[in-house]
This record gives sequence, C-alpha cells and structure tokens, in this order.
Amino acid sequence: MNKVIAPAVARPLGAEAIADKGWWLAHKWLLLRRGSQFGLLALFLLGPLAGVWIVKGNLASSLTLGALPLTDPLIFAQSLAAGHLPYRSALIGAAIVLAFYLAVGGRLYCSWVCPVNLVTDAAAALRRRLGLKGGRVPPEATRRWLLAVVLVVSALTGTIAWEWVNPVTMLHRALVFGGGLAWGVVAAVFVYDLLVAPRGWCGHLCPVGAFYALLGRTAIVRVSANKRRACDDCMDCFAVCPEPQVIRPALKGEGQTHPLILAPACTSCGRCIDICSKDVFAMTTRFNRSES
Amino acid sequence: MRPNARTAFDRRRFLQTAAGAAGGACVLGLGLGLYARQARALPATALRPPGALTEADFLASCVRCGLCVRDCPFGTLKLATPGDTVASGTPYFEARKVPCEMCDNIPCVKACPTGALDHGLSDISKAQMGLAVLIDQEHCLNFLGLRCDVCYRVCPAIDKAITLETRHNPRSDRHAMLLPTVHSDACTGCGKCEKSCVLPEAAIKVLPRKLAQGAPAAHYRKGWEEREKAGHSLIGEQLKLPVRGRDDAAAPVSSADTAAGQSLPAGWSP
Ligand code: SF4
Ligand code: SF4
Ligand code: SF4
Ligand code: SF4
Ligand code: SF4
Repeated sequence: MNKVIAPAVARPLGAEAIADKGWWLAHKWLLLRRGSQFGLLALFLLGPLAGVWIVKGNLASSLTLGALPLTDPLIFAQSLAAGHLPYRSALIGAAIVLAFYLAVGGRLYCSWVCPVNLVTDAAAALRRRLGLKGGRVPPEATRRWLLAVVLVVSALTGTIAWEWVNPVTMLHRALVFGGGLAWGVVAAVFVYDLLVAPRGWCGHLCPVGAFYALLGRTAIVRVSANKRRACDDCMDCFAVCPEPQVIRPALKGEGQTHPLILAPACTSCGRCIDICSKDVFAMTTRFNRSES
Repeated sequence: MRPNARTAFDRRRFLQTAAGAAGGACVLGLGLGLYARQARALPATALRPPGALTEADFLASCVRCGLCVRDCPFGTLKLATPGDTVASGTPYFEARKVPCEMCDNIPCVKACPTGALDHGLSDISKAQMGLAVLIDQEHCLNFLGLRCDVCYRVCPAIDKAITLETRHNPRSDRHAMLLPTVHSDACTGCGKCEKSCVLPEAAIKVLPRKLAQGAPAAHYRKGWEEREKAGHSLIGEQLKLPVRGRDDAAAPVSSADTAAGQSLPAGWSP
C-alpha cells in the first residue's frame, strides 16, 4: 500500500495562494479546466436538448459538423483485439484522437475532457474538507496491468471488454443519452475515492487514464517548476495534485536537473500552478527547460 | 543497514508491489470476463438495428456511440442503460413500443462508423432484424374465425412477408379462416405487425431470428422437390408402405429400396 502524503500543517489548502494572488488567480487553471469539461459536455448536449447538432454521438465515437469523426483509440484497440476491423470512419477518428493526444499531451484527456474527473475531484475536495486521511490505495501500477488485462479479456471474450463497466463512457452516455443505473456506477467511483482510496480511481485503477498516460511521453504541453528556488516547502502542491509522485523530480531535482514535469502521469491540470503562493509552477512546453 | 541489504530490501518491496498490482488487475480482469460472459445474452424482446452483425460480432464491433440512434428519424432506436437486460450502451428497439419504419435510405446503417451495422445492406427489404411469429393462435382474432387482418395490412411487405392463408373453419363448418402466415424469406423483423396487433398483448411477436427459426438437417431432401428437379421419383413409383396395424398387408417392397438395402424388417410395427 502506498503512503499518502498529507498536508504538512493543518490550515486550509491554498489559503496563502488566495491571500497572495487573489481568488481568481488562485483558481485560474481550475476554472479553465471546468470551462473545457462543461463546454465539451454542452457541445454534446446542444443536439439532444436544443436540436443544434454540432456534435453527435458520445466520447466513444462522435461526428462533428457531419464531417469530423472522432473515436476513442482505446475502444478501437479493444475492438481490434476482439477480432473486428472497424470501418475507415472509425479508423480515421481514432487516428485523429491518437495523434492529438500524442502531440499535445495524453492525460490532458483526464483533466480537461473526462467527465469522471469532476466526480473524483469532488470526492478529493470533500475528503479534504472532512479531513479524511489515509485509506487503502492499490498500487499505482494496477491501472497499467488492468489496461493489459482489458485487452486480453477483449480478445478472450470477443467483446469490447472495458465498455461493459467503463464509468467514463457510462457517465458520458448517461449525460447525453440518459442514464438508468449508470448513476450507481458513478456513485461507486465517488464513494471509492471518498472513503476507501484517496485519488484511487483516476490515479490507480482507471485503465483509460493509464492508456492516455502511455500517449504522454511526447506531450508538448508540460508544467514546469521553473521558479523552484522560491519554493517554501508549504507542500500545498503535493496535497492538491492528483498524481503527487510526479512533482518531486522536477521541484526537488531528484533524478533530473531541469524543472520540467515530464512524467506521463501528470495530467497538466494546472492545480499546482493555482495553489502555489510563490508562483513556482508554470504551464509551458516540453522544450522549455529554463529556470528562473 | 548495509547498502546491499538495503537494495535487496527495496527489490523485495518493489517485487511485492508489482505482484500486488498484477494480481489485483488479474482479479479485476477475471471478474470482468465473467461479467461479460453472463451479460451478453440478449432478451427476446430486444431487436438490433437493420444490418447489425450477428450478436457475437456485434459485441466486438459496436462502440456504443449512439450515432445510429441519433440518425433514426422515428426515434425507434435507443441505447441500453445499465439496468436494462441489453448490453449497456448498445442500440436496440422494442417492436411493441416503436417499430422500425424501414427507411429507404437506411440512415442508421449509414451513420455507423464501425461496421457493427453492415454498410453492405443497401436494400432495407433485405434486412433481418428479427422474424415475426404468430405466437398465440388461441387469441389471434383471425384464428378465431374473425376478420382482423391488422398485422397483415400494416406489413410493409404485405403479401410477401405476411399472407392470409385460407382454411376451413371447423367451428362454424361453413366459413373460412384467413390465417396470417409469416414467410421468413421476406420478413425483415421491422415489428410493425407486433406494434399494431389489436390485442392488449400482441398475438404476433417479432423475435430474434435464432429464436424464431428452426434449421433443417443438412442432409434432408424433400422428395417432392427432388422429383420436380429430376423429372421422376428417385425411389421408383411402385413403393407401398406398410399399412398401420395390418402387418400382414405389408406392401411389396420396391426394387429401389431393396437395392439400397433399406427394406423394413418383417414384422415391423410403428
Ligand atoms: S503536477 Fe500539477 S499539473 Fe501535473 S497533475 Fe499534479 S497538479 Fe496537475
Ligand atoms: S431503418 Fe429507419 S426507422 Fe428503421 S431503425 Fe433505421 S433509421 Fe430507424
Ligand atoms: S452507430 Fe454503430 S457503433 Fe455506434 S452505437 Fe450504433 S451500431 Fe454501435
Ligand atoms: S415484422 Fe411483421 S410487419 Fe415487419 S416485415 Fe415482418 S411480418 Fe411484415
Ligand atoms: S393483428 Fe393480432 S389479432 Fe389481428 S390478425 Fe394479426 S395477430 Fe391476429
């Protein structure tokens, strides 16, 4: 079981950042991210709710403006493993999505697109508010193993295996097409993160996140701790980060000299930028290794 | 702790964690596989959209995107939600609720990006979404000798998929019964008949083809068809079969039967 890093001192997380930078700047990236998540959802909902069909379908596969196909590459891969060669439309859609996340950053999907992020962020926030500490977190590598297992199960059962239970597409489908008991699955993820394992779902179990992390090795968009000399060890960034293990190498120069967070697990959510009263972190590109 | 003892300790911890992760993932995978096995059954009332691959191939190919649902102009199709007995997220329809209107341009099939709905289907009359079965002859009004005919009249393939077959009505002994009769070569399984059956519970129902149809044994031949093809009977003309209950009157066996060594043993009785 992994150790959970707890805030060093008992004071509201981010209080200093709000005092020093003001509330808006201390929530800038969070608000941008929520804008992206809700904006994408609105695009999908505009059709069924208002009859304006800009985007049809759901996160598994969609058609934008009747011309741009987008398909989730992991679902595509499972279909291949199950023994079906999808049509060109799905192939092109998967290639576009794959190319986008390979170029820009794999786990941008997790923090800027995925609807489950709202659920697990809410669980993490409530956990902090209630002062819940610790829990039983499965090893971080479980999600990568699960990713491999999902492909094997797809091949063995001849079905797109993860879609039987995938909370990501279930939640998205529930929002766009109507839900049934899908809300139960979403509630299960929330309760798991709240009461059982802090950041357990996205950070340790979800094979979709593990897949997008695989695409994160060439990510252009990266966060850099470029003012790390100003760090006063308040530990707020570790407390707020959904993947706290990625920060140390960049912030403390462990195993690397440059201040870039290159670990593919970093979701480029920017919460560390918001929360830091010393403005240690900045959103930049992987080519910017400068330090100030 | 000596340095090499420390690395040995670290290595052991690392291996333990890795084994825990792999083991945990395998347990979850096993659960997933078992769930997939039992959740793949399709209830008899659920029909797949036109052009859908066989159920096994459908579950390998449908990504559950709902694009077919969106392009159906009649609101026929819907995506299953968890809690339905259909694989969650896959498209289906229920004939008695909203049947398929058999669009000429089949927009649902065209919308499918994966091929779960086969784009090779260009003529909707060739669709095989299911097969109508007049399942309850006790309550069907036409079987009672009345003239309802509604299922027959609404069928988009009237007189091909459903015909009315005339039979003598033994109850009145002077009328005919016109029995709605479905023909599997023309029925698309659109469900219009089931939707329109006037009874509170439809007497005619559209079922998945696999459920609705038997299959002939591969080696069976129909004598009358073979005779038609060959121009004469394949087993000779003078064959007389034993007359039940009168073993003594057993017929002379035809030459063809003797040649094949298939004559019935003497004293045979059914
Ligand atoms: S390091 Fe920063 S940007 Fe990356 S996941 Fe953690 S909080 Fe988000
Ligand atoms: S053929 Fe027409 S009515 Fe039938 S399912 Fe497809 S789009 Fe809907
Ligand atoms: S459009 Fe094709 S892949 Fe999408 S839900 Fe319909 S059948 Fe499945
Ligand atoms: S399902 Fe009924 S209405 Fe549709 S083609 Fe078959 S017999 Fe006709
Ligand atoms: S509509 Fe129903 S009751 Fe009428 S003939 Fe058809 S099956 Fe029988």
